[in-house]
Amino acid sequence: MTVRDIVKTLDGVLLTGEDLLDVDIEAACGADLMSDVMAFVKENVVLLTGLVNPQSIRTADLMDIKVLVFVRGKVLPKDMIAEAERNSMAIITTKYSMFLACGKLYEAGIKGGGIREIC
Amino acid sequence: MILRYEVSGEDLSLAGRASAEVKRAMGRLGVEPADVKRTAVAMYEAEINMAIHGGGGLAEAELNSEKIVITMEDEGPGISDLNLAMQEGYSTASERIREMGFGAGMGLPNIKRNADEFFIDSSPGKGTKLKITVYFGKKEAV
Ligand SMILES: Nc1ncnc2c1ncn2[C@@H]1O[C@H](COP(=O)(O)OP(=O)(O)OP(=O)(O)O)[C@@H](O)[C@H]1O
Ligand SMILES: [Mg+2]
Repeated sequence: MTVRDIVKTLDGVLLTGEDLLDVDIEAACGADLMSDVMAFVKENVVLLTGLVNPQSIRTADLMDIKVLVFVRGKVLPKDMIAEAERNSMAIITTKYSMFLACGKLYEAGIKGGGIREIC
Repeated sequence: MILRYEVSGEDLSLAGRASAEVKRAMGRLGVEPADVKRTAVAMYEAEINMAIHGGGGLAEAELNSEKIVITMEDEGPGISDLNLAMQEGYSTASERIREMGFGAGMGLPNIKRNADEFFIDSSPGKGTKLKITVYFGKKEAV
């Protein structure tokens, strides 16, 4: 599904990254701890997080994650939005909780997990 | 080329910048994206550890077209039980650190998984030294 579909599904607001609206997203990762994100390996991923902190943007940047969703109606400071903009990322906020946001995306068709096999 | 950075143990909002810069330098050099990514992940985890547990320190990356060798050195409290620290899920992170998004106890295992060679030396009271080597074009990203 596209970034545009994600915004719609989550009744979200796109804060930056309009040029990414037609990008196709295949998998999602929901996490508040950045090392969990670091263990995630798929391409074309959307990261859902409740962590409002420059580290979420930096982690996404290092992982080549271009789309971030901040859940539970979090308000983002301007400098975080600016850093995302500099990194050409799309930032979406939604009032839904992590659980509901993930559930809605799953229902809408994002099924691909990306965590490495736990042995 | 050699890149050197001072990593602050005080201003934690800056942690990760050195890794981001090394990542861009590798991109400019034309290193394969999969190798760039596993280097970035390993260095970022080490940089964060150095900032939040080690009180800051020095990071150095030696980069050429075949490999990158990263050394991270701090003079923080050190690690008393390395075997324990290397286990997934083991963390001494405080509540404040958890609120920043760290403390899953996955950092050191993530570094080991992504590096081709990983060396850690730490002793209580002295500090911690890591050496991470990634060879390019050899291994799929994990
Ligand atoms: N540079 C360091 N100086 C002192 N202690 C360290 C250092 N690096 C790691 N440690 C110790 O080893 C533990 C495990 O580190 P690891 O990176 O695996 O997990 P974490 O940093 O606690 O959480 P995460 O990396 O998942 O955010 C830490 O909780 C800390 O006690
Ligand atoms: Mg860590």
